[in-house]
Amino acid sequence: MRLAESILAGNRRALARLLTWIENEDPRGFAELDALFPHTGKAFLIGVTGAPGTGKSSLVNSIALHYRQHHQRKVAIVAVDPSSPFTGGAVLGDRVRMRDLSGDPGVFIRSMASRGSLGGLAQATARVVQAFDAAGYEVILIETVGAGQAEVDIAKLAHTTLVVEAPGLGDDVQAIKAGILEIADILVVNKADRPGVENTERALRGMLELAHPVRRVFRHHGKSMVVDAPMTSDIETWIPPIQRTVATQGTGVPELVEAIEKHAQHLRENGDWDKRNRVRLQAELEDLLRETLIRQLRQRVPPETFERILDDLVARRLSPRAAAEAILSSTRATT
Amino acid sequence: MSERKIRVLIAKPGLDGHDRGAKVVARALRDAGMEVIYTGLRQTPEMIAEAALQEDVDVVGLSILSGAHMALVPRILDLLRANGLDDVLVFVGGIIPDDDMPALREMGVSGVYGPGASTEAIVEDIRTAMQAKFAQEPH
Repeated sequence: MRLAESILAGNRRALARLLTWIENEDPRGFAELDALFPHTGKAFLIGVTGAPGTGKSSLVNSIALHYRQHHQRKVAIVAVDPSSPFTGGAVLGDRVRMRDLSGDPGVFIRSMASRGSLGGLAQATARVVQAFDAAGYEVILIETVGAGQAEVDIAKLAHTTLVVEAPGLGDDVQAIKAGILEIADILVVNKADRPGVENTERALRGMLELAHPVRRVFRHHGKSMVVDAPMTSDIETWIPPIQRTVATQGTGVPELVEAIEKHAQHLRENGDWDKRNRVRLQAELEDLLRETLIRQLRQRVPPETFERILDDLVARRLSPRAAAEAILSSTRATT
Repeated sequence: MSERKIRVLIAKPGLDGHDRGAKVVARALRDAGMEVIYTGLRQTPEMIAEAALQEDVDVVGLSILSGAHMALVPRILDLLRANGLDDVLVFVGGIIPDDDMPALREMGVSGVYGPGASTEAIVEDIRTAMQAKFAQEPH
């Protein structure tokens, strides 16, 4: 029996093996993934990102536990940790925080090393998620590497993105910086039993009001002044809610899952669900085209020609743009 | 096809709470370019076999200092086999009396590393075994 058929029949060993092939870009995996693709598109993809030490793994653990206990949905977890840029090795430690989930056949946890890819995800993450989707996992939680401010790939992959903050991590200025907070569909203030939680929440709320203008009433010189939002439309815009949690105790997690489900419903109602799926598949298609075209092009350019143009580039006789143009025109001459 | 990475699960079965050795080995294997999944303290044999299955590891390293190795190791090996993980290399580290070593090897443990064992030896043993294994895989 082919691997894809075993996976559709619920064989976890076969699924684990396919995930390895996907990670290694093993050609055997591509054919299996092609066979599985028609079965994808059903799962709800939830991204979890945030700085190191905010408690992402514990939060993923408690969200997964809630989905298992109260929604009876099958849950897959993809946890990405960084690879060493020097040795290529990695220590993947997210399972340490997810021991509550062991022994439940409705949960499948897979650790991935980022393998040199920037953006908080591994290159193969999207394909790993497709395999889980086809295997019938209804909720897929994707935990990024401890992201900084620019790692926003997760927002392209997931339907709903949680950005996790914690008190005492340089809140005020960090919150104003663009990037990671703008991708948040839901903001989570984890470790909310720690001092400083009010400051963190206030900073986030201030940032949200800048990013999402709403109608507000100010008191100014004793008069009430109404400031209308600059763009008012009939379509309800989603204002990211802020949810406090203490993931290790499960506090705030039922409310968080409620907010996640509300966001999913919002996406379905205003058509963004389909739009996000389309954007994701378009990005994947373009990535594949880029990879393939570059490989084909390199096969058509003799190595000597490539090296000669590269020499000209290094010697500053050609600009990078002119060098690319020279390589492209050399292939036109030969065909 | 990108490089075939060696994936290793480092696990601590049983009740002893001392994981320095496990972490030193995890770090040494990472520095040797392997991907190491570390699962933390007090894992049951079932948890270890399940993690090995989900992570599709090539190697499982068990750190045991409680003296319960003659009970834990056979149980873990049985569960790994029951999960279809026959070809996984299993090694053991910790406090293992010399007298128990032949019995552990008999069960299918590839290597036993006590206090003072060099991390280089562990890395070398894994690499040698994996070279033989990967050579048999289709390309």
